[in-house]
Amino acid sequence: MIAAPGHGRDSGRPRSPLHRLAPGVKLLALAVSGTGLVLIGDWRVMAAALVPVLLLYLAAGYGPREMLRQLRPLMWLLVILLVAQGLMESWALGVLIVLRIAILVLMAALITLTTPTEVLIETIERLLTPFRRFGVNPAKVGLAFSLALRFIPVISDQARQIREAQAARGLGRNPIALALPLIIRTLKMAADVADAIEARSLYDGDEPPDDRVRARVVSTETRTSCLNASAPETSSISPSSRR
Amino acid sequence: MPERISTRDIVYIALFAALTAALALFPPIAVPILGGVPISAQSMGPMLAGAILGGKRGALSMLLVVGLVAVGLPILSGGRGGLGVFAGPTAGFLVGWIGAAFVTGMLHEFGWRKLNFLSSFTYAVIGGIGVVYALGIPWVAFWAEISLTKAAIGSAAFIPGDLLKAALVGIVAVTVKRSYPLIQKTA
Repeated sequence: MIAAPGHGRDSGRPRSPLHRLAPGVKLLALAVSGTGLVLIGDWRVMAAALVPVLLLYLAAGYGPREMLRQLRPLMWLLVILLVAQGLMESWALGVLIVLRIAILVLMAALITLTTPTEVLIETIERLLTPFRRFGVNPAKVGLAFSLALRFIPVISDQARQIREAQAARGLGRNPIALALPLIIRTLKMAADVADAIEARSLYDGDEPPDDRVRARVVSTETRTSCLNASAPETSSISPSSRR
Repeated sequence: MPERISTRDIVYIALFAALTAALALFPPIAVPILGGVPISAQSMGPMLAGAILGGKRGALSMLLVVGLVAVGLPILSGGRGGLGVFAGPTAGFLVGWIGAAFVTGMLHEFGWRKLNFLSSFTYAVIGGIGVVYALGIPWVAFWAEISLTKAAIGSAAFIPGDLLKAALVGIVAVTVKRSYPLIQKTA
């Protein structure tokens, strides 16, 4: 469910030239072709633009099936748009708009498919470097990404446990009984993780830690601190100590 | 310029982004009275982040969610994620989460001393519904080339569910203020 599409599912796949292309180049290409698509006003030209998109998917080692998979979450919205535009304006306009959205979504999704998540995070960090003078610390942004990635499965698991526990108490459909313990546990976990990182003094001040230190923080330290951060009982909703 | 973000702040920002992602895993509830529109718990994320972390940290937390979606994680409800989301017509609602958390959070900081369920609910409605729809509706209208009115009518189906979520946020915010307050300095 939470597997990052950039690498997990495709780890066995031979890497295509598209996979090797620098992410910055791909993003630029998306921006340029996106602008170009907005300028197309004829639905037949727009439909023809699907051909290069298909070729790009084939070049990356995917096919029409993957294209459909990418569009499926959007399918209903596209149908509604097509019918609404078709009945109220013209069918040509409806087809044009729906095709344009589909092509843009397909091209953006192709970048996601061919670029590992970590590479995109690195790209974001690098793009943020010029903003350092405005108080943006790229290393801290990287830490935030890493922590979030690490804790999505942890918190999802907590949510599942709480749902099961409250279902056993007959509270399975009570949103307060589900939300409140989850949020309190998240806050407790955050306090424990922050304590663990601060205790190791790896992130004092604005000095970006070198990569070695950061890798350690993310790969092992948060894991141990997350093990130490035992989930509090639901009863801890009662007033708890704050430093 | 903004005061420094401490490591502790980063952890809270990251964990609320992760919490928002986890909220997508709660199965959507279709309420028959509301016309059966499925309600996903996820749009509670920005209201919660604002109400509990305050404006600045809340907004940064939602910015992180947007970033996580952009780097390809399928963390939105229905397993959506990746750059394709930003090319779709509903991207305005996602981007609106940043402003939603900021406004909800600023209002909570402003009314922190006398926070009760009703005020917290009101703040969540202004931020989590007002701001989100103010960005989301024009975005849909522009992207799908339909009129603002039509986009608004299409989006209105989700408002009853959002009101329920804002009420839930009000209850949570008041409880958390009593037991685990994080918004402290402004009072």
